[in-house]
Amino acid sequence: MADGKANMDRRGLLTQGLRAACGAGVLALLLSVPARRRAEAVALRPPGAIDEGEFLSACVRCGLCVRDCPYGTLKLAEPGDGVPVGTPFFHGRDVPCEMCEHIPCVVACPTGALDKSLTDITQAKMGVAVLVGHETCLNYLGLRCDVCYRVCPLSNQAISLETHHNERTGKHAILLPVVHTDKCTGCGKCEKACVLDEAAIKVLPHAQAVGQLGKHYRLGWKEKEKAGRALIDDNLQLPIRGMEQGLPSSQRTPNGGFKEFKP
Amino acid sequence: MIPGASKAAQTGWLSAHKWLLARRAAQLTFLALFLSGPLMGVWIVKGTLASSLTLGVLPLTDPMMAMQALLAGHMLESTALVGAAIVLAFYVVVGGRVFCSWVCPVNLVSDFALWLRGRLGLKESLTLDRRLRFWLLAGVAVGSAVTGAIVWEFVNPVTMLHRGLVMGSVLGGGAALVAAAAVLLFDLGVAANGWCGHLCPVGAFYGLLGRVAILRVRADGRAACDNCMECFAVCPERQVIAPALRGEDKGIGPVIDAGACTNCGRCIDVCSKQVFRFGTRFHNRVPAATDDVLQGE
Repeated sequence: MADGKANMDRRGLLTQGLRAACGAGVLALLLSVPARRRAEAVALRPPGAIDEGEFLSACVRCGLCVRDCPYGTLKLAEPGDGVPVGTPFFHGRDVPCEMCEHIPCVVACPTGALDKSLTDITQAKMGVAVLVGHETCLNYLGLRCDVCYRVCPLSNQAISLETHHNERTGKHAILLPVVHTDKCTGCGKCEKACVLDEAAIKVLPHAQAVGQLGKHYRLGWKEKEKAGRALIDDNLQLPIRGMEQGLPSSQRTPNGGFKEFKP
Repeated sequence: MIPGASKAAQTGWLSAHKWLLARRAAQLTFLALFLSGPLMGVWIVKGTLASSLTLGVLPLTDPMMAMQALLAGHMLESTALVGAAIVLAFYVVVGGRVFCSWVCPVNLVSDFALWLRGRLGLKESLTLDRRLRFWLLAGVAVGSAVTGAIVWEFVNPVTMLHRGLVMGSVLGGGAALVAAAAVLLFDLGVAANGWCGHLCPVGAFYGLLGRVAILRVRADGRAACDNCMECFAVCPERQVIAPALRGEDKGIGPVIDAGACTNCGRCIDVCSKQVFRFGTRFHNRVPAATDDVLQGE
C-alpha cells in the first residue's frame, strides 16, 4: 500500500514536471517567433501589390502568386523575413523579378491584393533602386563597371549614366549611375547584378527610397516655366541717398556692388 | 479498457476504426492533392487552404478569411468571393466542423497529442471554457475591423502548418513547425484537446455552420445504449453527445445537432450497440409512440 502511494507520488511528480515542461515549451515557441530576426535585405512585394497598409487587409497568404511565378522569385515569408509570416515577397539580390509581360502573379491573385489594373509591367512599382554605396560603387571610383546600367530592363530610362569630371585623376570622366524614380519598377536586376560582395545599389520600398518635398514647396524655375515669366518683379532700382551722382565707375563692379566693400 | 475494444472483439478491428481510417485517408488525400503539383508536377490543387484553385477552374477560399478581409475594409475580387461562397455552401451540407476533423492538418497534431495523453496516463488538464473560441472569433472579427488587417493570419496555426507542408518550408523549421509544436505541447501538457476543442476560432466559425448543417451524426439506436461510455471517451466534444443519446425522456430528438460536433464518426466506430450512424438533421423527433401520446392528450 505504502509502495503504491510512493508510486502515485512519483507519477504525480512526473506528470507535473511534464506539464510544466510543455507549458514552458509553448511559451518558448511563441517567443521564438519575434526573436528570429535575420532580415538583412529589404523584402519587396510582388508587382501590383496595393499599399502595404491595405495589403494586409487583402492578402490571404494563399501562395497562388508564388506558384505562378515562373522564375521562383516570389516566396512566402517565414518569421524573420521582415514582412508578416505567409505574405509574398522577394529579395532582388536573391532572385529578381523578371518582369513577365503577362504578369502571371497578378493574374493568379484571387483577392485583389495584387491589383489587376496593372497590365503593363513597366508601370510596376515594387520599389526603387537606390545607389547607396557611394564609396564602393566602381563607377563612383572612376572605373567603368556599368553593370547595373546594362542589366536594367529599362536601360537609359530607369538608370542612366551621368558624366562628371574625375577630380582625382584630373583628366578622366566618372560615369555615375543615376536612378530615375518615375521609371524604376524595383525589379531588383541591378541589385542582383552588382559585382560587389555587398551590392552598392539596392532596391528599397518607395517610401524609404524617395524623399518627399513639403506640400507647400514650389520650385521657382518650374513655376516660371508654367507661368511663362518670372513670378516676382525685377529688382527695384532705388537711388542711394547722397550718392545720386554715383561713384566713379572704376570703383563699382558690373553688377552694381562696390569693389572695396567688406561686410 | 481501450475504447472500441468490445466493438473490435465483436466485429473486428477494422470495423471499430472504419471512420477513423477514412478520416486519416481524407486528411492525407487533401494534402496529396496540394502536393502533387510541387512534388510531381501534376497540378491538381494550387495554393493553400486559405485560397486555392483546383484544376485551374474551381476557386476555393476560406470563408472566415474572406469575412476578415471584408471586415478589414477590402472588397475582395469575385474569385475569392465565389470561392468563399462555394466553401460555405459545401460545409453547410456536410457539417461545418467536417473541416476540423477531415481536412485541417492541425487535427493530426491534436489527435496525436490526445493519443499520447492516453498512453502517458496524463489526466490532469487546465479547465477551459469551450465558449472561449467564440470570444476569440468575436475578437478576430472586431480586431480585423479595427486594425484593417486580416488579424488571425498573424497567429493562425491552421494555415501556418498547411502552408509549411504545402510550400515545403516545414522542413526548414519555419512558422509551421513552431505552430505545430505549440499546439502539440499545449494539448499535451496544458489542456486536453485545448486548441481544437476550446480555443481555435476557425473551428468556432465552422461550428456556427454546423448548427444548420445537413449531414449529422444521429443516435437513432439510442434505445440499445448500455452506458458503456466509450463514445464519451473518444469524442473530442463530448458535451454534444448526451442530449441526443439520453434526451429521449425530455423529448429531445436523436440528432446530434450541436455545432461543435465535428462529424468525425469515432462514436460510430467504437459503439458496440450500433447506436450511432450518419444521417441528416431532418426527421429529428422522438419515436412516433411518444408523439401519439402527446397528440392524444
